[in-house]
Amino acid sequence: METAMKNKKCSMDRDGFIRKRQLIGKKRLVENIIHGIFLMLGLVTVGCVLLITVFLVISGIPAVRRIGLIPFLFGKEWASTAAQPRYGILPFILTSIYGTAGAIFIGVPVGFMTAVYLAKIAPLKIKTLMEAAVSLLSGIPSVVYGLVGMKVLVPGIRIAFHIPDGASLLAAMIVLAVMILPSIIKVSLTALDAVPKEYEDASLALGATAVETYFRISVPAAKSGIAAAVVLGVGRAIGEAMAIMMVAGNAPNMPELFQSVRFLTTAVASEMSYAADGSLQKQALFSIALVLFFFIMLINAILNHFLKHSEEN
Amino acid sequence: MKKWFGLGIALVLAAMTGCGKAEGGTVSTDGSTSMANVIGALGEAFEENNEDVTFTYNPTGSGSGITAVAEGRCDIGLSSRSLKEEEKAQGLTETILALDGIAIIVNMDNPVKELDLETIAGIYTGEITNWQEVGGEDLEIVLIGREAGSGTRDGFESITGTEDSCQYRQELTSTGDVITTVLGNPAAIGYASLAAVDEAVKVVSVNGIMPTEETVKDGSYAVQRPFVLVTRKDEELSPTAKKFFDYITSPEAREIISAAGAVPVN
Repeated sequence: METAMKNKKCSMDRDGFIRKRQLIGKKRLVENIIHGIFLMLGLVTVGCVLLITVFLVISGIPAVRRIGLIPFLFGKEWASTAAQPRYGILPFILTSIYGTAGAIFIGVPVGFMTAVYLAKIAPLKIKTLMEAAVSLLSGIPSVVYGLVGMKVLVPGIRIAFHIPDGASLLAAMIVLAVMILPSIIKVSLTALDAVPKEYEDASLALGATAVETYFRISVPAAKSGIAAAVVLGVGRAIGEAMAIMMVAGNAPNMPELFQSVRFLTTAVASEMSYAADGSLQKQALFSIALVLFFFIMLINAILNHFLKHSEEN
Repeated sequence: MKKWFGLGIALVLAAMTGCGKAEGGTVSTDGSTSMANVIGALGEAFEENNEDVTFTYNPTGSGSGITAVAEGRCDIGLSSRSLKEEEKAQGLTETILALDGIAIIVNMDNPVKELDLETIAGIYTGEITNWQEVGGEDLEIVLIGREAGSGTRDGFESITGTEDSCQYRQELTSTGDVITTVLGNPAAIGYASLAAVDEAVKVVSVNGIMPTEETVKDGSYAVQRPFVLVTRKDEELSPTAKKFFDYITSPEAREIISAAGAVPVN
């Protein structure tokens, strides 16, 4: 009797065990399918990047071959539709570098100080309000920046500096500086907020003033995050086209502060619509895009370096 | 036997429907980039009115378009200049579709009211740099133009004879931007398609004549050029191409041409 019952229980256990195993098997299958779907979705992104890279390289190489790498990169004259076309993009490269540097020069101090204020000094109410404003600033479409720049900033520069026309490198720098503010503020803010409170408490306990503590303790502790913010700003500034096309004047001059200039991005954007398919002009525009792409890859590599560094810390 | 007969009929029917589609046909145009707006709008309207018809436009430039039609690579060539004698000698004939008038605009505060063609050329090539030299205030002239490849720029430069030698201060990508910039700078001068100019800026007269639809049409306003349809003299157009040609040169097409920024002549 007892043995029979034991046997029955045993067989029930085995059934249950098999059923359980089947259930686990089913679950694992579903799990695997879902993993597969996620993998596919991830591959779509990777595929897009690869596609764009391959496309840019393939369409950017022919013009460089025909023009020659040195005359293309270091030529000082761009006249794509002239009877004797000239395809030198040095003015665009230098303009992009100077313009971005200028935007960083103006934007970083303002953005950084704002982040320090918001992270350490501002009362909660003001902090909430200002953070909302910063978010709003980052959501404004670039064409709106361009429009305001064109209607307000360009005439303003013309009057303030007594020059014949305000559309210039300076106007582009100012517009870019405002455009990169949100990313600089947000990323620096996150870095500053992540500094352990104990560091600051220790500094205060040792008799340092609040401001000394922020600049001697908090900022150095957050420095790689802040560096990442700056690189992010550079990336945004160098890739912007629409807004600066409306304020920079677009003449292919060598860069000067009050001169009308053309950036790498605007060089591609302004001539693309009319360039005939298969013409050297259109191929050269793709080559400019390729150069721009290299710049952005470089900046991304630097950004990754800083982010890794900040993680290690 | 009966089976084969039925199959034969089916085949013939199929062939006929195939033919019917082919008769829907295509119209191919090739040439002037300046005519992109006008011919694009006309092609779109034609396709809408005629199902199964495919309209193509290849923006290669007037010279290439004329060559293409001479070599039979397209139905209708598009040129934004009149044909030269040697081109007519190749058996080509021209039909004027529309006229393109380009207005010269300055800021409202600028006292200059009229300029002649040579002065405009002098201003744009940088020989004349101050408004004082042409009866205005003591301000450095700011030259506003369009980007390379723009039809309006091409038209303006070819009429004033300033190809490749304009000293632009700003090269903008739309008529609207040119007008906005001239509106905001008392020293600016720009050019824009006649149809696009509004009252916010001042249009100057050229050689004493103000640009209007009438003065463009009678030829007295100088800064204008024809939009020309080029066809082969000795060869009939395909039925579809003929239909398109008749449509765009009919009064029906007037409104579309005006809306696209040119002055219709038919």
